[in-house]
Amino acid sequence: MRRTRQAFDEQMQELQLRLVEMGTFVESMLENAIRALAEQDVKLAREVIAADDTADDMDLAIEKQCMRLLALQQPMARDLRTIGTIMKVISDVERIGDYSVDIARTAIRLADTEYFKPLVDIPRMADIVRQMLRQALQALVNRNLDLVTHVIECDDAVDRLWYGLLDELEGIMQKRPEVVPQAIALLLVARYLERIADHTVNIAERIAYMETGRLETLAPSHRADYQRPERAEGGRASD
Amino acid sequence: MGMSGMDSDLIVRPEGEVKIETSGLGLFYGEFQALRDVSVTIAARRITALIGPSGCSKTSFLRCLNRMNDLISGARVVGEVLLDGRDIYHEATDVAVLRKRVGMVFQTPNPFPMSIYDNVAYGPRLHGRCSRSQLDEIVEKSLRAAALWEEVKDTLRKSALDLSGGQQQRLSIARVLAVEPEVLLRDEPCSALDPTATFRIEELMIELMTRYTIVIVTHNMYQASRVSHYAGFFLLGELVEYGPTEQIFENPKDQRTDDYVRGRFG
Repeated sequence: MRRTRQAFDEQMQELQLRLVEMGTFVESMLENAIRALAEQDVKLAREVIAADDTADDMDLAIEKQCMRLLALQQPMARDLRTIGTIMKVISDVERIGDYSVDIARTAIRLADTEYFKPLVDIPRMADIVRQMLRQALQALVNRNLDLVTHVIECDDAVDRLWYGLLDELEGIMQKRPEVVPQAIALLLVARYLERIADHTVNIAERIAYMETGRLETLAPSHRADYQRPERAEGGRASD
Repeated sequence: MGMSGMDSDLIVRPEGEVKIETSGLGLFYGEFQALRDVSVTIAARRITALIGPSGCSKTSFLRCLNRMNDLISGARVVGEVLLDGRDIYHEATDVAVLRKRVGMVFQTPNPFPMSIYDNVAYGPRLHGRCSRSQLDEIVEKSLRAAALWEEVKDTLRKSALDLSGGQQQRLSIARVLAVEPEVLLRDEPCSALDPTATFRIEELMIELMTRYTIVIVTHNMYQASRVSHYAGFFLLGELVEYGPTEQIFENPKDQRTDDYVRGRFG
């Protein structure tokens, strides 16, 4: 029994490592997608798009391993919650990869046009979001609930940036119709980043479940009664 | 009286009608204390599973519920076991009637070396005088309830020893059901049965649950998690944790329960 469980423990460890590996890979896709957008680098954007197949393969491989462990080892209690968590989390990570591809496609579309304003808030959002993803995965490996709380708090900052950008770009589009196509594209990128943050919050909530056994919505912005923050003065974001 | 366990998070009181309640239950075999201060409530017409490593005294606990331990010399029970609110260890308790109300199906089926019919009729004959037709009725009803009738109705006069393991298990159940018990105690009901026979016994338990209170002791955690509504984890003579089955197997509160259901010891 002990020998079998030892092998099982090793497989559980491996599963978590593979998830971290997938998360790190997808985080680099996001980093490159944002850099491709900021530096108008079409080659880098194409690399991001190509990398998505690898992310998808990782997703399937981890899911298969989870199914095999469920079928052959019939895990219980914390082991069961860990496998259930990993199966949910890989879907969120995989979606983050898809959004990175969306951002890379936007980068290609905007590569030949001059930006009507320097990109400041979008890279700032992306930095926060990447950090959230890293911390969520760290929380999983280190079983650290403080990191879970931190990830959820960061979501507020991302939401504020998103609403700020929404107001700012809306104002610009009203005054300068000629930049509307570019503004819509950038607005969508901001929206993708805001969605990625939501996925990292999902990941954090699952890790909380894995540790505590309580399944609940922790982020205020994910509850049905959530209201968006007040509009910033003059409809402008911070820059 | 030891009610210590009842207030803690670890021992949950089931909702609804109560069939059995123990408080401060302890069991000694001579100097050796096999059970310590077990205070637990068992819900009526539900399946309760008791799990724990070998030697944790879960079977001893089961045997306290119909005073089977009385048969062991040197065994001594302290605390209370209430069946429908009355202490079964009270001196006025008729133990024969108690064991009729609280029947036990053993780990190995051991049918009597007689016909299938006589095996089932054995209890009713012992407990009272029945006419031939009444007995026929009881035998058929019990075998039907144990999901065995269709397989043996044409061979009732054949020896019970010729039945397969799974059939013998169901015959043992029929034998207990024939005396119309209220509670069924089952010790390792499916050990040594193949998966199909196990599945039949499990289905039967779920069906019987609508009429009987069932308490099973099992080493098979997957069986406990499949069939039971409440589960209790015993370790070294103590009831460590008791609650809804999904809690015990998905999110146990005690680290020892977590370790055990995850197969980390035992």
